[in-house]
Amino acid sequence: MSTTLEELFVKVRAENRAALIAYIPAGFPSKEGCANAIKALVAAGVDAIEIGFPYSDPVMDGPTIQEAADISLKAGTNAADVFAALKVASDSGTAAVVMTYWNPIEKYGVEKFAESIAANGGSGVITPDLPIEESDQWLAAVSAHKINPIYVVAPSSSDLRIAQVSAKTGGFVYAASIMGVTGARASVSVDAAELVGRVRTATSLPVAVGLGVSTREQAKLVAAYADGVIVGSAFIKLLLNADDEKSGLMAISELAKDLAKGVREGR
Amino acid sequence: MSIDELPGRFGQYGGRFVPEALIGALNELEAAHISAQSDSAFLAELAQLHRTYTGRPSIITEVPRFGEYAGGARIILKREDLNHTGSHKINNVLGQALLTKRMGKKRIIAETGAGQHGVAAATAAALFGLECVVYMGLEDTRRQSLNVARMKLLGAQVVPVTSGSQTLKDAINEAMRDWVTNVADTHYMLGTVAGPHPFPTMVRDYHKIIGIEAREQVLELCGKLPDAVLACIGGGSNAIGIFHAFIPDSGVRLIGFEAGGDGVETGRHAATITGGSPGVLHGTRSYVLQDENGQTIESYSISAGLDYPGVGPEHAYLHDIGRAEYRAINDDQAMNAFSLLCKTEGIIPAIETAHALAGAMIIGNELGPDATLLINLSGRGDKDVQTAAEYFGIPL
Repeated sequence: MSTTLEELFVKVRAENRAALIAYIPAGFPSKEGCANAIKALVAAGVDAIEIGFPYSDPVMDGPTIQEAADISLKAGTNAADVFAALKVASDSGTAAVVMTYWNPIEKYGVEKFAESIAANGGSGVITPDLPIEESDQWLAAVSAHKINPIYVVAPSSSDLRIAQVSAKTGGFVYAASIMGVTGARASVSVDAAELVGRVRTATSLPVAVGLGVSTREQAKLVAAYADGVIVGSAFIKLLLNADDEKSGLMAISELAKDLAKGVREGR
Repeated sequence: MSIDELPGRFGQYGGRFVPEALIGALNELEAAHISAQSDSAFLAELAQLHRTYTGRPSIITEVPRFGEYAGGARIILKREDLNHTGSHKINNVLGQALLTKRMGKKRIIAETGAGQHGVAAATAAALFGLECVVYMGLEDTRRQSLNVARMKLLGAQVVPVTSGSQTLKDAINEAMRDWVTNVADTHYMLGTVAGPHPFPTMVRDYHKIIGIEAREQVLELCGKLPDAVLACIGGGSNAIGIFHAFIPDSGVRLIGFEAGGDGVETGRHAATITGGSPGVLHGTRSYVLQDENGQTIESYSISAGLDYPGVGPEHAYLHDIGRAEYRAINDDQAMNAFSLLCKTEGIIPAIETAHALAGAMIIGNELGPDATLLINLSGRGDKDVQTAAEYFGIPL
């Protein structure tokens, strides 16, 4: 049986376009605000939602996501809030995954975490600081609960490494477009296209590009060669800068509509 | 240990929990370290540096007047405080600087809490002509402004870190972010035996000279091994450095003293093994101060160098197998021992080290006057004069 995420990529391939994947941390800008943001993003045409598990020491994240995580953690966000946000997303019919650093999974219980993802309609989990060498217990758990283990590859990854990582991956391969941390950037690195090309020689899995995408134009460029476009910091920045929740939701909705056009214009 | 492979794990601890972008660099570093350890020219260059620059071998000093406060036990100090830059940290940075050169990298980054490792890294960078950026929590740059100035005088750039708790833990996060971005030309000169493999093993290899020298020196002085070897422990580099040569000596107790802050029961402490639980922080599995959701809990100690919510994975392993013991010493106990060593022996220790001295007073009283205790005097207290003056109410 396929996950909702796998079905999504079959669908967008048939439509000859890329999927738009939006990232939002659980509990940000508030518990209720997060649920409203998920609904607004889905209504605006986002194809998949990535719920972030806020973590105290997020070494892969730039200042924007760190700030959002700090706000969320100060409000007491925990695993139950992450699963609640996941359920809001999956109940809306979109593919929904969780992105989390490893320690919260280990503390929650590896087997139980995979079980809770599946129980709340989640398709998979992105684990940015879990190398495949440390993954045996995790892979057994995701396999038992039929969810996708999503791994990240980077421009510094060798071809051999990309093949090894892809072989363990399910759903899609997350291609980090640049050497660096999350955050909106003026342009998407040329490394991204090269990296996606290298991933394609290693696997037939879909490849989604994250890190640095914030505009319709960038989404269009990436959609020309990738199966998915991941946008996070750009949405979070809008929510952080908004005067109130309502104007923040309107702003992310506008951006999502724009990006949804971008992912359909690439080819 | 075979020379062509390093243990990446210590029992269930250690390993590598890092973004994929860093895997290549960690493999490169591991390969460079392995080849360097079997390269006699590399080892000779490092030994020469230690003789002519660090001031090795460091001496041992017997301290009978201090021993009177430790149950009359025979107390011997390994004087890492007399090394160039004032602590054991120089052992590691010289080794890693030579490795940086060997890997053809031109830029180093480092994290620092109290500033001791930052100063050591800046020193090595100056000596080898490397660009050096030191990440330091904004809070720590205020507490340790003298060391910030020292690093700047040595030509390093000091970047105050404003995220999170603005202390050592966040400085490490920021250094990791820099490394993910600039890994092609940059070496991360990590300052302790934590972090992803190969750091815990590699940093230990550069510090184990402390125990190798001390073991010979104590045998020569006493005609026998000490009953116990004592060290303070934050990340654990000075402790593993002096412990390592004694691990096969099953009759020698190895005792690490963690920072108990206001007392472990208050929650305001940095005693990671005593008060924490197994988890993953900064790329390695070890004991971590964490809450029920796996979020890191901020640590506290009067000693900035021990103020860290993690600990090296080899210590976690030595604890679990029962080969080493770990106890907590609170701020007041440490400051009492600090003052005693100053007044009985004319040696101002680092406040970090004072935790081991306070431990010696307890262990000495437990074992009595026939015991011989070896203590790693890991650093000198010049940097702590302001903190100590404030603690003892001496007007500045």
